[in-house]
Amino acid sequence: MSGFPILSVMMLVPLAAGLACLFLDAKAARNLALVATLIDFALGVVLWLNFDVGGAQWQFTERVELFSGFSYALGIDGIALLLIVLTVFLMPICIGASWKSIDKRVGEYMGAFLIMETLMIGVFCAQDIFLFYMFFEAGLIPMYLIIGIWGGQDRIYAAYKFFLYTLLGSVLMLVAMLYMVHVAGTTDVPTLMAYDFDPKVQTWLWLAFFASFAVKMPMWPVHTWLPAAHVQAPTAGSVILAGVLLKMGGYGFIRFSLPMFPEASAQFAPLIWGLSMAAVVITSLIALVQDDMKKLIAYSSVAHMGIVTIGLFAFNTQGLEGSMMVMLSHGLVAGALFLCVGIIYDRLHTREIARYGGLAINMPRYALFFLLFTMASIGLPGTSGFVGEFLSLAGIYAISTWTALICATGIILGAAYMLYLYRRVAFGDQKNADAAAMLDLDAREYLMVVPLALAVLWMGIYPESFIAPMRADIAALEARISAAAPEGDSKVTVGKEKPVHEHAAHEGAH
Amino acid sequence: MNQILIIVFLPMLAAIIAGLGNKQLGNVAAKSITTGALFIACGLSWPIFIQFLNGSAEATVVPVLKWVASGALTFDWALRVDTLTAVMLVVVTSVSALVHLYSWGYMDEEPDQPRFFAYLSLFTFAMLMLVTADNLVQMFFGWEGVGLASYLLIGFWFRKPSASAAAIKAFVVNRVGDLGFMLGIFGTFLVFGTVSIPAILAEAPGMAGSTIGFLGYRFDTMTVLCLLLFVGAMGKSAQLGLHTWLPDAMEGPTPVSALIHAATMVTAGVFMVCRLSPMFETSPTAMTFITFIGAATCFFAATIGCTQWDIKRVIAYSTCSQLGYMFFAAGVGAFGSAMFHLFTHAFFKALLFLCAGSVIHAMHHEQDMRFYGGLWKKIPVTFWAMTAGTLAITGVGMFGVGFAGFHSKDSILEAAYASGTSMGSFAFWMGIFAALMTSFYSWRLVFLTFFGKPRWAESEHIQHAVHHHHEHLSDEDGDADHAHGDHGHAAHGDGTAGYHPHESPWVMLLPLVILSVGAVFAGFVFQHAFVSEGTGEFWKGALVFHEHLIHAMHGIPELMKWMPFIVMSLGLLIAWYGYIKNTSFPAAVAKQLGPVYTFVYRKWMFDELYHYMFVVPAFWIGKVFWKVLDIGVIDRFGPDGAAWAVAKGSTYAQRVQSGYLYSYALIMLLGLVGAISWVIAG
Repeated sequence: MSGFPILSVMMLVPLAAGLACLFLDAKAARNLALVATLIDFALGVVLWLNFDVGGAQWQFTERVELFSGFSYALGIDGIALLLIVLTVFLMPICIGASWKSIDKRVGEYMGAFLIMETLMIGVFCAQDIFLFYMFFEAGLIPMYLIIGIWGGQDRIYAAYKFFLYTLLGSVLMLVAMLYMVHVAGTTDVPTLMAYDFDPKVQTWLWLAFFASFAVKMPMWPVHTWLPAAHVQAPTAGSVILAGVLLKMGGYGFIRFSLPMFPEASAQFAPLIWGLSMAAVVITSLIALVQDDMKKLIAYSSVAHMGIVTIGLFAFNTQGLEGSMMVMLSHGLVAGALFLCVGIIYDRLHTREIARYGGLAINMPRYALFFLLFTMASIGLPGTSGFVGEFLSLAGIYAISTWTALICATGIILGAAYMLYLYRRVAFGDQKNADAAAMLDLDAREYLMVVPLALAVLWMGIYPESFIAPMRADIAALEARISAAAPEGDSKVTVGKEKPVHEHAAHEGAH
Repeated sequence: MNQILIIVFLPMLAAIIAGLGNKQLGNVAAKSITTGALFIACGLSWPIFIQFLNGSAEATVVPVLKWVASGALTFDWALRVDTLTAVMLVVVTSVSALVHLYSWGYMDEEPDQPRFFAYLSLFTFAMLMLVTADNLVQMFFGWEGVGLASYLLIGFWFRKPSASAAAIKAFVVNRVGDLGFMLGIFGTFLVFGTVSIPAILAEAPGMAGSTIGFLGYRFDTMTVLCLLLFVGAMGKSAQLGLHTWLPDAMEGPTPVSALIHAATMVTAGVFMVCRLSPMFETSPTAMTFITFIGAATCFFAATIGCTQWDIKRVIAYSTCSQLGYMFFAAGVGAFGSAMFHLFTHAFFKALLFLCAGSVIHAMHHEQDMRFYGGLWKKIPVTFWAMTAGTLAITGVGMFGVGFAGFHSKDSILEAAYASGTSMGSFAFWMGIFAALMTSFYSWRLVFLTFFGKPRWAESEHIQHAVHHHHEHLSDEDGDADHAHGDHGHAAHGDGTAGYHPHESPWVMLLPLVILSVGAVFAGFVFQHAFVSEGTGEFWKGALVFHEHLIHAMHGIPELMKWMPFIVMSLGLLIAWYGYIKNTSFPAAVAKQLGPVYTFVYRKWMFDELYHYMFVVPAFWIGKVFWKVLDIGVIDRFGPDGAAWAVAKGSTYAQRVQSGYLYSYALIMLLGLVGAISWVIAG
């Protein structure tokens, strides 16, 4: 594969197809979009298969010097690889989800989606800090359009809400980036990841990046754009928003904040823990009282992202790998749940939970898949949701037992709101005649949910496939930040009875 | 030992085939596949158990698949078989196979049978994964897997609001316990650097006396870990405080109650404590706590059992109470006795539930014992099986020979007394009281159901059945028989309402007979293996076994040895007096006790307490956070406020007309230009 610019090709295919879609009629645009996303998925598989686990940290690198150090530099490590594979996996499903439900301005819609795919891949493989910034911010523009044009009734409000949230963070991050490049003298991300910034300056830089990433994550209390955006977005928009766009915040932390500002990260860790605890408990309780399916799942996403942030700021391997696994799993599961909502929304055109009920009777297959994704969201072992949640919590337990305890209540609250949702939708009697008349999954819908279901089980039963590519990168990151890690509150002290013996054993081992 | 792969994974395959095949596969095929798989698993399990019994087998671990490796935290899918597992294997597969068979008859009129059988097999798979776990995380997998199956089966009749509610309750309450279990695993990993059970058990004694930080304080390491893990056991085994889901779980079909909520899943907590017994032994505090919780539960649940009218709820509280016995046995260090009682209890409690199912089947889904009576002649096989089960649970026997419960329960009580600690004697006396009540409520159930005059006429279910039957008849026979139909309700002054209960079909009776054999002989036959001198040979270190406790048990005063027998007889006598001799007596006593009776009858008010303590506040706080915090504060002073300010600003300035999106893009571009010029300049 050496020499073949696969990353550029993966970005070019959807870009070209997306531009073409703008000028095509509805049918042709749909077909072209599907073909393009499938080609990209195939390329993603090729990328994964050719990724050398245990090889160089940065692979598939491409570099074109543009001017004054600013360069078109691409390259991926295991972390980026997994997020790219997630992106290209979800895209064909998004196109499928929009197949029938989008009937106006189809060409533009498909175009927006394809261009967004290009930009999302760009975010994960950019190795130049300004290139990253461009992709990072531009990637959201198609999303605004998707919400603002093809969204629900309050789409304008939802779009500008996100805009206002994002604005401040982006400006601050850009200023920080400018400063960093000025000081370090390079725009190269891998170089910056190893650069030791003055700890005093780190504080400010960290805060500037935090302003941007916390919104994208989203962390409590800057999360209120998410329910609004999800509720208004069309199904596929929600899938990609939950599946990939929310991962950009986590990716930002893992790529920039942690390795570039380890001391500041340690300094602010308690802040992150506090916000994460608040996110898990508060948004879970809010999810419990929602009457709108999409809002419920949106709030549950905020709670799950709380688990991601505690994992990231646990400063150990389990926490970091766990948070990556939560991100990947949440990408699949939240995407699948929004898809499940979309499937019945297409039939009844309402997101109001009370309008459904007893779907297990007339839609047993649907109920089965919905149950699987519900259980994965709850974190049942054997599904993807468990591995990440378990590792993240194990990671944070080693450093802050309080945080672990509070965030672990998420497993109780998560079960409560998801099962309560499932009960109202799938269980009970058929209260509404129109809901009772809905047909079970059709072939197109099977094609969308079955791959997701298999991926969820694969990631739950044999997560090694996903952990292996990132192991070395996580280890490198851990090595970089562990020196700064705050001291854990759960250290074991061997008691008075037999200290001599234990010490001797320890020294012997060293 | 590769049979273990078949034993564990065959039920899973059967569940997948039956579940996905569902309607296309058809009832008979789905039932045959699942039931067949379970009988094969059962047939393969007994030889393993027998090999351990005669000492010809060694503990083995069969690796299956890599699972997770994250830094030092690694765990794989693997199946461990040792004595403890072998005991659980026969319990799980035998009861499950019989329950599968029984369900052919019990669920015969059910439209959704493949789904039911798929769930049953899925449950069995998860339970087998739990008992064969070689590391804590796989145990947690099984733990949650049985929770899922339990959720699905309790909610099997999901159209019923009460069934869906009970299903959620079971899952969520169990999750409270799981929270403890999970934190326990994290702590264990932190301390020992591994989650492999043998490695932890080997190193646990070395950690005695060390301290660990937890929630900002320092505690004894092993106490913290054991108590956290025990919270998990309390949830799954429905111990005091986390028991509220178990009675509600009776919403599920009765075979489910027999398999999951009596014989197997609810004993997972006891299994866990026994599996980790070398670890629990290192913390006297944790052991005392376990003894206390077990003793308190066995007493408390028994009191409720004495007052309930629903036949399944009586047995459910009885289960809760018997699990209490197992826990305090473990708490005083008699892990062998705990496992022995788990073993015998599985047979006689599954039997009692299946008998109750047979009664319910005969009585057209009526579960209230007030509407039973006089059934022993109508359903004799069920009656005799139920009697065998009752003799077993009440512990009838003397001079070392008796029904199953006699051997196991007496060994627990003797161990508690012999342990010599004050908590041990507390447990002993609680256990004695509970034994009195066990005898009372068990015989009360038998007398109310099978003896006395029929009281069926007032039952709505029976009335419905009779109506239905007569309408059916009159349809067939035409108008000529109309008079006869009317005659039907009024003239039966004997309380039967003209209803004729029928004995269940043989597929239901056969499991009853087989389990009856277990209930009669399991104690006598296996006592030697489980609890006696030299039993260490049998356990081979699979759990902690104290020979000295066995010796001490022989040395306890004669009166104390006879105590269980005395209270058992007393309970029988009271039940006989109250429900056969003088049937107005119980009501009089209840009236006399007044509020105390109401308190116990309403299950010590736990449901009400939790409802107002947790459920209502959770919803209320959720609403407040949403409406006040999210919308009222964050949005108002955040984006909405900013929008308002921007709108104000722009009306004054009249500059920005383009809409937000474009200004955003513009700012970004300007930023980039700035970036580039800075870099060039720098």
